[in-house]
Amino acid sequence: MALQILLNFSLAFVWMFLNDDWSPTAMIIGFLLGLGMMYIFRRFFKGGFYFRKVIAVMKLLLIFMRELVLSTWSVIKVVLSPKMDLRPGIFALPTQLKSDVEITLLASLITLTPGTLTLKVSDDGQTLYIHAMDLSDRDEAIAQIQNTFEKAIMEVTR
Amino acid sequence: MSAGSQSELVAVLMILVGTIFSFLSTVGLIRLPDVYTRTHAASKSSTLGVLFTMVGTFIFFLFQEGYFSIRLFLGIFFIFLTAPVAAHAITRSAHRANVELADISVQDDLQKVRSKEREGAEAE
Repeated sequence: MALQILLNFSLAFVWMFLNDDWSPTAMIIGFLLGLGMMYIFRRFFKGGFYFRKVIAVMKLLLIFMRELVLSTWSVIKVVLSPKMDLRPGIFALPTQLKSDVEITLLASLITLTPGTLTLKVSDDGQTLYIHAMDLSDRDEAIAQIQNTFEKAIMEVTR
Repeated sequence: MSAGSQSELVAVLMILVGTIFSFLSTVGLIRLPDVYTRTHAASKSSTLGVLFTMVGTFIFFLFQEGYFSIRLFLGIFFIFLTAPVAAHAITRSAHRANVELADISVQDDLQKVRSKEREGAEAE
């Protein structure tokens, strides 16, 4: 992926050389033209066309923002209610993610969405232990959220 | 209404929302029963609260003084990078030091795993 970005920039520079135009506009035009060319030649790249991953990163960011707002709202409701009838607890979440980067990303995202907090990653990296603010009927729902995160992360890294 | 006062309104509202979020998480810090649930509240204040406050400040300086402060975005980025790691380290060390969960807690999977590990270490 890094190689493809480098190639895209080199193509942009070739475009700037061809036009003898050193403005940022020429750079952007060259970059977009290079992107189009690389899209045409996408089957020669090993990991596929890299811009798909950029879109996947954007999607992950949007999912993260949505979860952040939703779960902050739920935590605020708990904090402000006169009777705090929350049922906290620690549950184990099996994960299919393999590399350290993926697991770190997942753990950070889980912690940043309030309501869940990563306590420990098991030594073999297969299980995350998560402290949840309210386990009552949300065990299923939380697993669902984690699935969307996991899927989005997989789209980025694979 | 001029464009300047409109952007000022947006900035003021965002900073206000950020401050309210920080205040609410402080209330949570006082009201919640144990370390783990309190860390929930604490890590929340440094995400949404700081995010809103900093973006509001950014908008204010961008439209009032025409100053594009990339440092504010760097600040948001670094806080998002470090806050979850800090929360994770605090709660994990609390659990390792056998800090009890609140009585209302319903389940503790990690405790089982850790006591099993300890038995294994003693058996060797």
